[in-house]
Amino acid sequence: MNKPPPLALDINGLVKRFDRPAVDGLDLRVQAGELYTLLGPNGAGKTTTLRMVTGLLRPDSGAISVFGIDALADPTAAKQIMAWLSDEPMIYDKLTPFEYLEFVAGLWGVDAALAEARARELIEWLGLAPHAHERCEGFSKGMRQKVALAGALVHEPRLIILDEPLTGLDAGAARQVKTVLRERVRAGSTVIMTTHILEVAERMADRIGVIAGGRLIAEGTLEDLRRQTGKSSTSLEDTFLALVARESAAA
Amino acid sequence: MSSAGTLTWFAQHECRLAWRDWLSMMTAGRRRRTRTVAIAIAAFALFMHLVAFGMVGRYANVAADPDKLTLVVITGSALLSWSLMLSQALESVTRGFYARADLDLILSSPVIARRLLSVRIAAMAFSTVAMAMLLAAPFIDALVVRGGLRWLGAYGVVVAMGAAATALAVALTIALFHLIGPKRTRLVAQILAAVIGAVVVIGLQAGAILSYGTLSRMAFLESDTVMALAPAVDSVAWWPARAILGDFAALAAVLAASLVVLAATILFFAPRFAHHAIAAAGISNIGARWHRGLARFRRATPAAALRRKEWTLLRRDPWLLSQTLMQVLYLLPPALLLWRNFGGGGGTLVLLAPVLIMAAGQLAGGLAWLAISGEDAPDLIASAPVSARHVLRAKIEAVTGAIALVFAPFLAALAMAAPFGALVSAIGILAATASATAIQLWFRSQAKRSHFRRRQTSSRVATFAEALSSIGWAATGAVAAAGSWLAVIPGVMTLAILAGTRLISPDARSPRPR
Repeated sequence: MNKPPPLALDINGLVKRFDRPAVDGLDLRVQAGELYTLLGPNGAGKTTTLRMVTGLLRPDSGAISVFGIDALADPTAAKQIMAWLSDEPMIYDKLTPFEYLEFVAGLWGVDAALAEARARELIEWLGLAPHAHERCEGFSKGMRQKVALAGALVHEPRLIILDEPLTGLDAGAARQVKTVLRERVRAGSTVIMTTHILEVAERMADRIGVIAGGRLIAEGTLEDLRRQTGKSSTSLEDTFLALVARESAAA
Repeated sequence: MSSAGTLTWFAQHECRLAWRDWLSMMTAGRRRRTRTVAIAIAAFALFMHLVAFGMVGRYANVAADPDKLTLVVITGSALLSWSLMLSQALESVTRGFYARADLDLILSSPVIARRLLSVRIAAMAFSTVAMAMLLAAPFIDALVVRGGLRWLGAYGVVVAMGAAATALAVALTIALFHLIGPKRTRLVAQILAAVIGAVVVIGLQAGAILSYGTLSRMAFLESDTVMALAPAVDSVAWWPARAILGDFAALAAVLAASLVVLAATILFFAPRFAHHAIAAAGISNIGARWHRGLARFRRATPAAALRRKEWTLLRRDPWLLSQTLMQVLYLLPPALLLWRNFGGGGGTLVLLAPVLIMAAGQLAGGLAWLAISGEDAPDLIASAPVSARHVLRAKIEAVTGAIALVFAPFLAALAMAAPFGALVSAIGILAATASATAIQLWFRSQAKRSHFRRRQTSSRVATFAEALSSIGWAATGAVAAAGSWLAVIPGVMTLAILAGTRLISPDARSPRPR
């Protein structure tokens, strides 16, 4: 009998405390090839969770596995197949998008010729071609976000993790980003993203996880979530608010 | 409480912002440190007064009716201070134009923007004067105590110099706007601000070296050439010097003239200031274009990519470049000294080792902060499949590479004139660079590169340790270059300073993952 393929992300009993518990014994599993959306109120622990997965923050306890690699024991191997895009795109003002992508490719050790071909494709795809050789210092938030996204994709990660990737983007740019992410999932990558735009989660996600108080309080497809609230025809917004309210009441 | 939109209302607003900005800079954003900072300032003021008594006390009894030599020396010193004030004022004006902060709010509100901008120019003058006053006060106080109240006139001259420096800085910046446009003005004004003070100091030193083979600025000011070129003792050019010496008619004239110039500048330029601030805000949409249509990705290991990134960012940042340039400019006088003594094997070459070592330590401190702490994309670096140890190593290599590039020509020239001096300098440069880099490593914190100006306030221990280690290695180099085994003493002291710094560093108290 064939062994099942490893999960793209397998989190067990993850804990992180600051002044209070930010992530409190979180268990989360994401299948390979999924587009998984994490929802939750402000301060629920979404970003903290994802920062621990990407190695930007050390958990107090728990286990994180990325495609079968123990991300805490071998963070370099896990990072090799991951990409992280934060809500505030941090790029270098004095580099051009082309140079930025060259730098990122160098960091991930991607072959120069291969990386260049991918970079040109991404630049074209994201509508950055007219600005590919301009320094990023004058770019709008949307353009910076696109440059950062291209950086996240240039090394062909198997797991792409994005924190609020559509915040502040205009409709055209948001659509481009959504299309790129969908394309990546079709090509076999796994995407995990947080968002406050529920319409995006509703339309794009294969599965949705709802976090509150540092724990996963609900998970599944939109239909699964509706079932959990006992209302079959409500919008995701109503479903989400009902789930969070129920959790708050229980706490 | 003033009515909204009036000059006094704007002045209150500006004062509150300036006070909080200053306090935040002094306390590195930690309000609980306010008392500590107050005590430190008091201790520093006391120390500076003691130093001042030792340095200028003997000049306190200079005659109120001075000779030409006295006037030349006082005017030369005042000119030097004024050039530094002009640097500071230029920097304030450039920030006023280009840091957008509240300009959008003000310019889009229904109040008369000219009023706020008038107050803002006046505030620039005030901050320039206040900073100069802070530095000059111990020396003036020492002169007042030892020489009488007539020296109080020097405070008035400081005010006049600050007002004139601000007026010139505003006029110069707006003239640059007209001549070369807002984008280039930022570059040119930043570089001017960084180097203008240094150029005067270095110019005087260069004159002294070329004429007399000495680094002493006073030797140049007191030279026959300068005395012959200087105007007669009754010239208006000496009024500032006479005002400093207690001539109250000269003081009134100097003060009135400078305040009139500042007022005229405000009246004339405040309305244009708004116009130019809008133009400056607009330049952010014009990115520099690089014709790299045929550019190719270069093969690079992660370490090479990191090094290349650091060097590219440094090369492209005019402000940082000017800061670096200033450090290098200070190497020009020793270079001139070297050139003058080349082939003669003059004893003055012994002076070069400490100068080179000191400059290397200071430059390495700045570069190490930029590379290690000043990372604009920390998440990208931290999420890359490169261990923190390798990232740090690559960044340190970037720093040492830049230092090697700057100092290699000096060392090569020195090696031809004085091989032993070159060897000592090379070892000293290496030690000073390693020490400054290590200190930055122990005290590293995450910051944006644009915060470079404030790096010294984030950790004063690191700043002092960096300065002390540079001075220590420079002293070691000086004694070693003179061929004395006593160099061991300052060397060991410097190592002790480094060991102490390491012990109290955050890195030693809670080691970070490497």
